[in-house]
Amino acid sequence: MNLEFTEEEKAFRAEVRDFIDNNYPKDIGTRGVQDEMSREDMLAWHKILGKKGWSVPAWPTEYGGTGWTPTQRYIWGEENARKNTVMPLPFGVSMVGPVIYTFGNEEQKAEHLPGIRSGDVWWCQGYSEPGAGSDLASLKTTAVRDGDDYIINGQKTWTTLAQHADWGFFLCRTDSDAPKPQMGISFILVDMNTPGIEVRPIKLIDGGYEVNEVWLTDVRVPATNLIGEENKGWTYAKFLLAHERSGIAGVARSKRGVEQLKEIAAAELLDGKPLIEDMGFAQKISQLEIDLSALEITELRTLAGEQAGKGPGPESSLLKVKGTEIQQRLTELTLEAVGHYGTPDFRSFPDDGSNDFPIGPDYAHHAAPTYFNMRKTSIYGGSNEIQRNIITKMILGL
Amino acid sequence: MDFDFTDEQNMVRDGISRLIREEYDFDTRRGVIESESGWRPELWAQLAELGMLAAPFSEEDGGFGGATEAMIIMEEFGKGLAVEPFIPSVVCAGGALKHGGNATQREEYIGGLISGEMVFAFAYAEPRGRYDLANLETTAKADGSDYILNGHKAVVIGAPWATHLVVTARTSGGQSDKDGVSLFIVAKDAQGVSTRDYATVDGRRASEVYFENVKVSGDALIGEADNGLPLIEKVVDEATAAVCAEAIGAMKVTNETTVEYSRQRKQFGTPIGSFQVLQHRMADMLMEYEQSVSMCYLATIKLDEDDATRKKNVSAAKVRIGQAARFIGQSAIQTHGGMGMTDELAVGSYFKRLSIIEGEFGSVDHHMRRHIALTAG
Repeated sequence: MNLEFTEEEKAFRAEVRDFIDNNYPKDIGTRGVQDEMSREDMLAWHKILGKKGWSVPAWPTEYGGTGWTPTQRYIWGEENARKNTVMPLPFGVSMVGPVIYTFGNEEQKAEHLPGIRSGDVWWCQGYSEPGAGSDLASLKTTAVRDGDDYIINGQKTWTTLAQHADWGFFLCRTDSDAPKPQMGISFILVDMNTPGIEVRPIKLIDGGYEVNEVWLTDVRVPATNLIGEENKGWTYAKFLLAHERSGIAGVARSKRGVEQLKEIAAAELLDGKPLIEDMGFAQKISQLEIDLSALEITELRTLAGEQAGKGPGPESSLLKVKGTEIQQRLTELTLEAVGHYGTPDFRSFPDDGSNDFPIGPDYAHHAAPTYFNMRKTSIYGGSNEIQRNIITKMILGL
Repeated sequence: MDFDFTDEQNMVRDGISRLIREEYDFDTRRGVIESESGWRPELWAQLAELGMLAAPFSEEDGGFGGATEAMIIMEEFGKGLAVEPFIPSVVCAGGALKHGGNATQREEYIGGLISGEMVFAFAYAEPRGRYDLANLETTAKADGSDYILNGHKAVVIGAPWATHLVVTARTSGGQSDKDGVSLFIVAKDAQGVSTRDYATVDGRRASEVYFENVKVSGDALIGEADNGLPLIEKVVDEATAAVCAEAIGAMKVTNETTVEYSRQRKQFGTPIGSFQVLQHRMADMLMEYEQSVSMCYLATIKLDEDDATRKKNVSAAKVRIGQAARFIGQSAIQTHGGMGMTDELAVGSYFKRLSIIEGEFGSVDHHMRRHIALTAG
C-alpha cells in the first residue's frame, strides 16, 4: 500500500503542467454550457495536442498513443482539470477510435484514425432511439444490404453535438429475425454529409442545444463502412460502453468544482460573514469532499487493477453512479450558495459580446442552468438504475 | 378538528381551477412566457373580475377571506405554473397594506389592487442581504416630511409588470439592525426609479430595481417608521406559505405526470412503471407530496397566531416542502429519462419551478436555522 507518486510520476506531472501552462490557448472560453462555444474553440486544444502527439494517450502506441501508464493518464487528467481545459471530445478519441483500432480493418484504420488524432474530424454517436434508451438492444434503425451498399432508415436521438459532426458511428439492425435482439445489430460508420440525413436540434431544459435527433431516410453508405462482422455490432457497442464508463467518474473535474464552490461560498455572505464559515454549509461541502476522496481512491484502485492487466469491468458502474451523484451534488450546492442570483435567466439578456453578466456576480449566472443540465448525468451512458442492475447482476451475482 | 373547506372556499377553488385549466395549458403558457411582456394582463383583469384578487382581504378592505383563500389560489396556480404576480401583488404588497396601511392607503391601494388597475411588486431582497430581511443597504433618509430613497433591490419578481413597488429600506441604525427598518410604497414611474428587466429560469419576469434620490412623501410610509421589521416578517411568512401552496400544486401535477409516463413508456418489452425500483421512487414521491400538503395546511392555519408560533410553523413547512420539491423534481426528471431533459415536455418546467421555489423566501438551510433559533432550548 503506497499512495505516493514516484519521482518519475512527479517529474511527469511537472512536464505536463508546464506544457499546459505554456500551450493552452488563452482566448477560448470554458465549457460551462456547450452550445455557447464555437466548433473551433471546442477543437482548439485537441488540435494542439494532436500536433504534440498527446491527443489519444490511452491508445496503443502503434496507433498514436503516448504509452503512458494509467497513473500518468490520471495525472494528465488532473492537470487538465486544474486548468479547466476543453478536452478532446470523447466521441472520436474514447469511443469510436478504440472500436476502429480493435475491430476495424487496415483500410478503416488508415482512413479514420489520423482525423481522430488530429481533431480534424468530428464524430457523433448514433446509439439511442426514441424507443430504445435503457433498452438499447431494442433499436429499430435498419441497414439493408443493396449491392455494395447499405441503405439505412430510422431515427436516432440524444446525439450529442451532432450539429458539428463530420462522421457518425451508428448501431443498425441488419437481421430482424435473429433469435435475440442483440444478435442482429451492426456497427456502421456514416459520413454525416450523406444525402438523407437530417439533424434536428433538441432544446433542453437549460435552454441549450447540445443533443439532436438524427433522421436517416434511405441513407446509402458503402458496405466497406461496416466495422468487423455483420450482426456482431452489439459486441463492439458493449466494448465501447465500457470505455465510456471508465472516464465517467470525473474525479479531477469535480475536484475543481469543489474549489469553485468554496470560492463562491467565501464570496457569498450570510449574516455579514462568508457563507463558508457557516457550520451547516461547511458540513455540506465537507461531506462532498469526503465522498469525492472516497471516489478518487476507488478510481485509483481500479486504475491499479488496470495497470496490473485487468480491463475495466463492472466496477466501472460504481464509478459512474458515485461520480455522477457527486457532480450533481456540486451543482445543487452551487445553486444554494448563489441565493437570489440563481433565479435570473442569463439567456434573456441581449448578447453584447461581453462575457460579463450584467447583473449579479459572474459565478451565479450558470448555477441554475448547470444544475438543470447535470440531471442528464444520472440518465446518460446507461442510467444509474441500469448501472445498479449491472452491479447486482455482475458483481453480486443475483 | 376539521380539514374541510367552506362552500365559499370551494367556490374559489372551482373558479380558479377552471380558469387555470382553460387558460393555462402547457402550450399556452409557453406562448405567454416567450411573449414580449411575459404575462397576460387580460388574465389578470379576468382574475380581478372573478374576485380572486380580493380573496385574501377582509370585507372592510373590499374582500371576503384570508390566508386559506390565498393558499387555494396559489395551489391551483402551481398546477398550471401560472406566472401572474399573485404573490408579489396580492400576498406581499396586499399583506403589507392590510396589516400595516392606514385607512387612506388601504382605500387607495387595496382598492386599486383588487380592481387590477394597480399591480405591485415587493422589492425586499438585496444583492448582499441573502435571506436576512433586515440586512439592508437601501436607505430612506427623512427630508422634512419627505423621504429620499437610495439603493438597489435584487431579483424583484413581477417588477416589469408592476405599477407600484413596496420597498423595504433602512431609515436608521446599522446595516443589519432589527430596528430602523421601514416600508414604503413607491410608484414605479417615480423620478429616480430605474429597472433592468429580465426573464427568470422558471418562466417568470423580474427586475433589478435602482433608486437614485427618489423622493416620496411621508404618506408613502406603510406602518411605523423604524419599526417595519415585524410587519415585513409577517408579510414574508404569508408569502412563504403561499409559495408552499404553489409548490404542492406543482408537485401534484409532477407526480401524476410521472406516474402516467411510467405507464406509457415501454423498455425491455414492458411499461417502466412495472419496475420495482421506479415504483418505490414514485411511492416516495407520493409520500413526500402528502407530507408537504400537511405542512402547507399547518403553516397556513398558524399564520394568524402569535409571531413565534407563526414563524416556527412557516419555517417548518418551508424546510419540508423545499426538501420535497427537490426530491420530487429530480425524481420526475430521472423517471422520464432523456425525455425529461427536453424543453418539449411539461415536466421540465415543473422541475425548474420547484427548483427555484426551494430558495424562494428563504432556502431550506435558512428556515432550518430559524426553526432551530425558535425551538432550541
